[in-house]
Amino acid sequence: MTNREPLLRVEDLVVDYYSPRGVVRAVDHISFDIMPGEIVGLAGESGCGKSTAANAILGILREPAQMTNGRIFFQGQDIASMPPRAHRKFRWRHISMVFQSAMNALNPVLRVGDQFVDMVQAHERVSKRDALDRARDLLRMVGIDPLRVSAYPHELSGGMRQRVIIAMALALQPELIIMDEPTTALDVVVQREILQEIEELQRELQFAVLFITHDLSLLVEFSNRIAIMYAGEIVEMARAQELFREPKHPYTVGLMNSFPSLVGPKSMITGIPGSPPDLANPPTGCRFSPRCPHCTPYKTMVHPVLQEIEPGHLVACHLYGAEQELTHERASTAS
Amino acid sequence: MPFLYRRIAFYVIALWTSLTLNFLLPRLMPGKPIDAFYARYRLEIQNNPHFLDSLRIELGLPKTPLWQQYIQYIVNMLHGNFGISYSFYPTPVIDVIRTTLPWTLFLAGTATILTFLIGTFLGIVVAWRRGGKLDSLLPPVTMFASSFPAFFLALLLLYVLAYIGGWFPLEHSYSGGTDIGLNWPFLTDVADHAILPVAVIVLTGVGGWLLGMRNVMINTLAEDFITMAHAKGLSDFRVMMMYAARNAILPSLTGFAIALAYTVGGLVLIETVFSYPGVGFTLVQAAQGSDYPLVQALLMLITVCVLLANLFVDLIYARLDPRARTQ
Repeated sequence: MTNREPLLRVEDLVVDYYSPRGVVRAVDHISFDIMPGEIVGLAGESGCGKSTAANAILGILREPAQMTNGRIFFQGQDIASMPPRAHRKFRWRHISMVFQSAMNALNPVLRVGDQFVDMVQAHERVSKRDALDRARDLLRMVGIDPLRVSAYPHELSGGMRQRVIIAMALALQPELIIMDEPTTALDVVVQREILQEIEELQRELQFAVLFITHDLSLLVEFSNRIAIMYAGEIVEMARAQELFREPKHPYTVGLMNSFPSLVGPKSMITGIPGSPPDLANPPTGCRFSPRCPHCTPYKTMVHPVLQEIEPGHLVACHLYGAEQELTHERASTAS
Repeated sequence: MPFLYRRIAFYVIALWTSLTLNFLLPRLMPGKPIDAFYARYRLEIQNNPHFLDSLRIELGLPKTPLWQQYIQYIVNMLHGNFGISYSFYPTPVIDVIRTTLPWTLFLAGTATILTFLIGTFLGIVVAWRRGGKLDSLLPPVTMFASSFPAFFLALLLLYVLAYIGGWFPLEHSYSGGTDIGLNWPFLTDVADHAILPVAVIVLTGVGGWLLGMRNVMINTLAEDFITMAHAKGLSDFRVMMMYAARNAILPSLTGFAIALAYTVGGLVLIETVFSYPGVGFTLVQAAQGSDYPLVQALLMLITVCVLLANLFVDLIYARLDPRARTQ
């Protein structure tokens, strides 16, 4: 896989929110890539910047959020610098997105079919009739009665709405689909069904997935690689199985221990003490240091850098690899 | 279409209730209409003792109990038999309405629709570019205009533009001596007379619609379906109109129905200032003259207009918001 060109390459992405309290850096110099057909998981607590990163990749950040640094390459082309018109044509055609809130992601006053039609017609010259035919095929594909094209969103259950959105995300056969917590708004049984549906569709259609969730246990069985985000930074990235077997970063370990395992002996669910830092005023040095069980006063001064400690396994932690020079000025730029 | 039947049943009950109130309200007012006639026809009454009785019968003021009057009243109303106006005696009420209503409908209808369209559209644009130049300019300016009492602004414009400037006519809805009908000089003359009153209503009313639409629209713009619409690659115009404004306009539409209905009876002050021969102007005269038949007929007219406007909005609301169709 290493000698192939990545489908998506995110380089040094920074997203700032301009709030009355000052600049809040929600995404802080993150870099990663996604290979064609690969499923990459992005996990972290609420507010760690994972959804913001997703919106930045798709180019739909809204005020007061702004991408202030970095580049996003899609098949070698820098999409972040595209003019708005070209970008509008690009998105959904090549990268689509399944939104977190199935309940609110559809326009309540338009029929499901019409919401397919306007999307298809924004990208292709097709008649309404053909676009509706395509919508019916797609609905059938995600297990919904094709007659539902004439339904309004409020006439569908939460699970059905999420399936509709998945069908919409598939409509233009994009190479990459970003799934931003696609199942959080649904109950557990429906969650399972939707995930299986996504897995089957992915196997069949071979699109790449950036799967965003706070549920690490879900990612381990579902994705190829996993990136862990904390306070706007990627703190660890590795192949799913490896991360599961040998989590390196204390935060990852903490996340792992926050979920009960379905098999194996009973164990204590420990969780992580404390709460995520205030991003308007992040701690200097390692951002996890106030909550880290291994931390020493020295480490609170030095900012750890993401580095490869084993082939394909990247960690940003003082417990691993060589010492870094003092970089606390970087942490103070945000304040 | 059971939705429609349910609504119509509701409106029939509402109509009956308001008819009953119309019957009671003028009778609760101080002063009896016959007193006004006493004053006017004192000599005849002194000379002819039967004059008063014949007057009572002609005016439909028999000395019967209230409940009999009520039944007679309902029957008359349903037959469109509104009686004879006391203050415009001996003109039938229906003729008084026939000459006043079209002017009010024209004046108030034009003004209300214009106000709604302008205000709502500005609200959409201002919310879409929130924090922009237009957004920091239009809401305060239009709210400043709304804070004028309409009659005051009307007097001001009338004085400055019509009296001093002489650019606009001073009173009435058309000039004497024009040939009434669908001809160009008459139509331009009518438009000329309508400009100032319409301008007053639009100027004082636009701010409310603008702010109402802006506030709902800003909330709507934060919805996830707007983000998804952007993500789908739709044009900004489509997202603004079909995704944001289309949802945000629903509360404004209800307000529009109420405003439309009020236009029929609610222009008393404007019509008085401009001596515009409409319903509001007439209603004031009728109330002052204890003119039961005219007051009753005008109030019923207003009620029916309110109900029709509401029914109309119910129907378009159902078209616009699919969630309102099922209950």
